[in-house]
Amino acid sequence: MEDTLANIKRGERCIITDVSSIHIPLKLLEMGCLPGNYVELVQVAPFHDPMYLNINGTHLAIRKETAMHILIKK
Amino acid sequence: MSKQINVALIGNPNTGKTSVFNALTGLNQKVGNYPGITVEKKEGVCKLPRGVKAHIIDLPGTYSLNASSLDENVVIELLLNKNDKDFPDIAVVVSDVENLKRNLLLYTQIKDLEIPTVLVINMADRMDYKGISLDLEYLEKHLKTKIALVSTRKNQGIERLKSLIANYKDLSISHCIDLTEIDKDYFNNLQNTFPNQLIYKLWLVITQDVNFGKTDRNEIDAVANFKTKSKNDLKRLQQKETIKRYQFINDVLKNGQTIDVAHAKDLRMKIDRIITHQFWGYVIFFIILLTIFQAIYDWSSIPMDFIDTTFASLSEWTKNQLPPGTFTSLLAEGIIPGLGGIVIFIPQIAFLFLFISVLEESGYMSRVVFLMDRIMRRFGLSGKSIVPLISGTACAIPAIMATRNIENWKERLITILVTPFITCSARLPVYLIIISLVIPEGRFIGLGYQALTLMLLYLIGFGAAVSSAYILNRVLKIKSKAFFVVEMPNYKLPLLKNVAITVLEKTKSFVFGAGKIILALSIILWFLASFGPGDNFKNAEEITTKEYANQQLSSVELQQKIASHKLEHSFIGITGRAIEPAIRPLGYDWKIGIAIVSSFAAREVFVGTLATIYSVGSDEEDTIKNRMAGEVNPVLGGPLFTFASGISLLLFYAFAMQCMSTLAIVKRETYSWKWPILQLTIMTMFAYIVALIAFQLLK
Repeated sequence: MEDTLANIKRGERCIITDVSSIHIPLKLLEMGCLPGNYVELVQVAPFHDPMYLNINGTHLAIRKETAMHILIKK
Repeated sequence: MSKQINVALIGNPNTGKTSVFNALTGLNQKVGNYPGITVEKKEGVCKLPRGVKAHIIDLPGTYSLNASSLDENVVIELLLNKNDKDFPDIAVVVSDVENLKRNLLLYTQIKDLEIPTVLVINMADRMDYKGISLDLEYLEKHLKTKIALVSTRKNQGIERLKSLIANYKDLSISHCIDLTEIDKDYFNNLQNTFPNQLIYKLWLVITQDVNFGKTDRNEIDAVANFKTKSKNDLKRLQQKETIKRYQFINDVLKNGQTIDVAHAKDLRMKIDRIITHQFWGYVIFFIILLTIFQAIYDWSSIPMDFIDTTFASLSEWTKNQLPPGTFTSLLAEGIIPGLGGIVIFIPQIAFLFLFISVLEESGYMSRVVFLMDRIMRRFGLSGKSIVPLISGTACAIPAIMATRNIENWKERLITILVTPFITCSARLPVYLIIISLVIPEGRFIGLGYQALTLMLLYLIGFGAAVSSAYILNRVLKIKSKAFFVVEMPNYKLPLLKNVAITVLEKTKSFVFGAGKIILALSIILWFLASFGPGDNFKNAEEITTKEYANQQLSSVELQQKIASHKLEHSFIGITGRAIEPAIRPLGYDWKIGIAIVSSFAAREVFVGTLATIYSVGSDEEDTIKNRMAGEVNPVLGGPLFTFASGISLLLFYAFAMQCMSTLAIVKRETYSWKWPILQLTIMTMFAYIVALIAFQLLK
C-alpha cells in the first residue's frame, strides 16, 4: 500500500518508493533517503513531529512536513 | 629541513574525527579562525617515523562536498584550491565502523578529486558488539586505497595511520565513479569545453556556491556560466549522482562487510525508548539541567572562596613588602585585584564547559534537539537552536557561532538575536556575589534558596530569549525555506581526553581573551580612582580633618573618611556622580554605576571593578564580599545591597546587552551593524525599565 512517510506508525518498517527531489534537501538524500532503502519509525515527539527515523541504518530526525514528500510502501 | 606533509582530516560529524586528531597531535594543537570568517580552524603537528613531520588540519565535520553551511564551505574551498598553502598532500577520511555505508559517500567524492586518500575506519572496538566483520584486503582493493582500522578508545591503529601518512606517495588517485555515466551529453560537453580540468571539480564549481580564491578565477567564471540547466535539473542530476555513488558503495560492501544481525546488540533503542519518550524524555532533561545548576553552585564555591581570600591577602602582602608609592599602589590596588577578578571565574567556567562537552560527546544533545524542535518552532526557533541556547550558558560567542548548523536563515537570525539573553558564565560571578549578599541561606526540599534563585535567573534568561523570539518571529518579514535534518548518533561514553582538552582550551581562551580586557580596564580604573582634578582632591586630608575636627574619630576612622573623600573627588568619582541621578531610582550608588558602565566592555568586569574601587581607599585586608556587605546607601542609610537593590541589579544584568565581543560576533555573523545595534538598545532599555520597576516595588 502506498502512503507518505508522515503517516507511518512507531515501530513500522517500510520501503521508500519515491522522493520528491525538489522538496527534499540533498543532504537527506545523501544520508540514505533514496528509493529502495528501508525506513523505520523509531520514536516520535508529541504531535507526531519531528520523527526519529532509521533510514537504511542511519538514525536521524526530520520534520513531518519533510516526511510528507517521501513516498513509502508498506 | 625536511618537508612537512600537509594532511587534511575530513569526515562526517560523529565519527570520532576529533578523537583521531587528538590521538595524532596530543596537545600539539592550536585553535584559530579561518581568515575573514569565524569558522574554527584546528591545526596540529604530528611526528611521523624517520623524522618527518605532518601538519594536520582538522576540517569541520561534513556529510558531503555538497556544502549546505559556512563550515562545510571551508572544506570544499580548501580541497578545490591547489594554491592554498594548506592544500593537502593527503586526505585522511575518518569513518565510523557502524555507519560505514553512509560515511563512504564523502570518501568517494574526495577520491574523485584525485587527492591521495587514506581511509580510517574508526571505533573498531565496537565491531564485535555490533556483529560486524570486515575483509580489509578486499575493501582496500576495491576502494583503491589503504585502510587504517583505528580505535582511539583503545589506542589501536594510530601507528599504522602514521606510517600510511608518511608513505602517501604510494596511494592511488584513481576515481570511484564516472560522472559521464549519469548524463553522457551534459558531462561530455563539459569535459570537452575544459579539457584540462577535472570533471568532478568542474561539477562542484557549477553546483556549489562558494569562494574559490583568486586562482584560475576567470576559468571558474566561465564554468559557472555553464549552468545550462535549471536549478531543478541540476538537483535531479545530483540525486542521480548520489544514487550512483551508493551503488558503488553497496557493491563494495556486499563482499567486504558482513553484519551478523543476530549478534548485534542494540542498546541505543532501549535507551532511546526512555530518553526520547514523549513524557519521560522531558522529565530527564529537566532533571539534568537542575543537577548541573546545583552542582555548579555547590562545587565551585569552595575554590572560589579560596581564590577570593588568596588574592585579598596577596594584595595586602604586596602592600606591606614593597615601599609605598605609585607603583606599589598600582600593583596592590589595580593589577592584583583585577587579576583576582579573572581567576575567580575559572572554576565555574571549567565546570560549565565540562558539562556541555559531556552532553555533546555522549550524543545526548541531539536527543534534546529532537525533543525540543516542536516546542521551539512555536517561538520561531528550531530544535537546533537548543544547542546555541545551552552553549550560551557558557558564552554567547561560541553559541552564536554554533547557530551555523541552522539551515533556515530566519530561524538562525532569531537564534542569534535572542542568545545574549541566556545567562552566560560572565553573568555568573555577578549573580553569585549578589545572591550571597541579599538572599538568605536555608533550604527548601533539599535545594538551597541561593541555588534556587540562581536557577530562577537562568529560567528568566531563557524565558526572555524565547519570548523575544516569539515577538521577532511575528515582526520579521523574512521568507526562507525550512528544512531540518538531525543525525541521532549512537550513545558514546565521552572520552576523558577529548573532554579534558575541550575544557582546557575553552577555559584558557576565556581567561586570556576576557582577561586582557579586564586587566586593562582595572589599570585604567585604578588610575581614574587614584587621581583627580582640582583642590578638592589634592587637599583631601586637610578638608576632611577640618570637617571632622569637633568629632571624636579614631585615626583609622579618620583615614577612611579621607580615603572616601578622595575617591569621591577623583576622576571616577566625578564621572560616577554625574550618572548617579540616572541610576538612583534603580537603587544603586555611583560606585555600582561605574561598575555597570565598565561592564559594557564585558559583564565579568563588574566584580573586578568593584574590587578595584573598594581597594583604592581602604587599607584593611578584606574580601570583596565583605566590603560590599559593608557599603552604606547614601540616601536611605542602611546597607546599600538590600533585597530590593540586589534584585534590581540581578534583573539589570539578566537583560542588559553588555558585551562588546558578542556585538562584534553578531555583526560578523549577520553581515550588518543593524542587528547588534538593535540588540544593544532594546535589551538595555528593557533591562533599565525592569530593574526600575523591581526596585520601586520592593524597596
